[in-house]
Amino acid sequence: MKKIIKYVIADILRNKIVLAYTLCLFVFSFSIFNLEDNTSKGLLGLLNIILIIVPLISIIFSAIYVYNSAEFIELLVSQPLLRKQIWISLFSGLTVSLVVAFLLGVAIPVCIYEPTAVGLTILIVGVLLTIIFIAIAMLATLLTRDKAKGIGIVILLWLCFSLLFDGLVLFLEFQFADYPMEKIMIGISMLNPIDLGRILVLLKMDVSALMGYTGAVFKNFFGTSWGFASSILVMLIWIFVPVVISIVRFNKKDM
Amino acid sequence: MICIKNISKQFGKLIVLKEVSASFNACECIALIGPNGSGKTTLIKSVLGMVVPDSGTIFFKGMNIKNDWMYRANIGYMPQIGRYPDNMTIGQVIDMMKDIRRSIAALDEDLFEAFNMKNLLGKRMRTLSGGTRQKVSACLAFLFNPEVLILDEPTAGLDPVSSEILKQKIEKEKQKGKLVIITSHILSELDELATEVVYMQEGVLRFHQSVEQLHEETGEKKLAKAISKIMNNPLEA
Repeated sequence: MKKIIKYVIADILRNKIVLAYTLCLFVFSFSIFNLEDNTSKGLLGLLNIILIIVPLISIIFSAIYVYNSAEFIELLVSQPLLRKQIWISLFSGLTVSLVVAFLLGVAIPVCIYEPTAVGLTILIVGVLLTIIFIAIAMLATLLTRDKAKGIGIVILLWLCFSLLFDGLVLFLEFQFADYPMEKIMIGISMLNPIDLGRILVLLKMDVSALMGYTGAVFKNFFGTSWGFASSILVMLIWIFVPVVISIVRFNKKDM
Repeated sequence: MICIKNISKQFGKLIVLKEVSASFNACECIALIGPNGSGKTTLIKSVLGMVVPDSGTIFFKGMNIKNDWMYRANIGYMPQIGRYPDNMTIGQVIDMMKDIRRSIAALDEDLFEAFNMKNLLGKRMRTLSGGTRQKVSACLAFLFNPEVLILDEPTAGLDPVSSEILKQKIEKEKQKGKLVIITSHILSELDELATEVVYMQEGVLRFHQSVEQLHEETGEKKLAKAISKIMNNPLEA
């Protein structure tokens, strides 16, 4: 299994997009911290980048990579290897390269300018979001054989999680303003990993004005530490579930 | 060595294999023939575990292959269309396969030398012609000295010289007591190699006979003529 991971990582490094991604993140993070004289403002700017760009790059890059590896996967499946291992290796290879890219690009500036608990939380959120969106992309590519369709689905998913979902939450909030919606809202916010990530950071930052509706509810309901633990747990579930489903599907896939 | 029991496979509405049963033993050279789309490749891929049959079981040396994967170490597979990672070189692909198989048996580099692959090692897979790809597939299939060779249209796209080299190699491996399964549409080249003929049509295994038996029944020496005779008189078969 280690060997396949090694080949996957070597292959990813060879096409240099991940290196460009690292560099972009690095330049972004540095410039954001330098633009603002107040580092916590810088941190907020960085948070927005992490919540939008990191999921986008992770989901699209992984989807295209898996589609382009069709031949590689086909070659491996006819060899004495367990299918589960092939799929997990692919997932691990993508995870290692994108997480390392993210950490190199963002962790260094954060450690220089904002080596606090909030900075650390941002890093955790970035890493979790990277892995979640790799897992989602791999599941989506497995369910659609058509490359154009698969990548379209993946872009739509990202759009849903990053933009449309907020609209839905606002809509619900206005429509049912007369009812006690808090608990339902907590449930709904769990359906969006990006929302969870935002809540996670803002709970630590303690800027309730920016927390949005779900964040405020979350804080009232759980208190800071419980909110923190439960949102991390839900994000881990967001990784676990797509990975398990895709392994089961991959075991039955016809090459 | 390979025993297939009642396997069926459906892709959407299309029924590709219908209750196919067969058994193949060592020292045999099976010619798997049939019209395009008759399910030959799907049958082969089921044996390799690349396609999961809807029903039925396949045994390799008496073991159900369903939850096994190590049995593939005993199979060398040459696909119909060899698909390899585009941006790897031939050398990298071969090294990767050696690395993954970690075979303890001595490597069989006959074909590697016969095809003069040394000069091509640095070439990227995407730049290769169809024939060169076939050569790479052939080298990989024979490289680990497997007990079973499954060759899906091995000579399609190869030049006459290379295809002769490959045929001689197949003959040599057959003499060593290996099981060789070949699909091909060029029946004349199967004449020299095959000991058994399996004919498939529309997902059904129509007959499985030894070549001698086939010659006796039809009175024809050439496989092509014998097959066409049988096909023209379906009741006899």
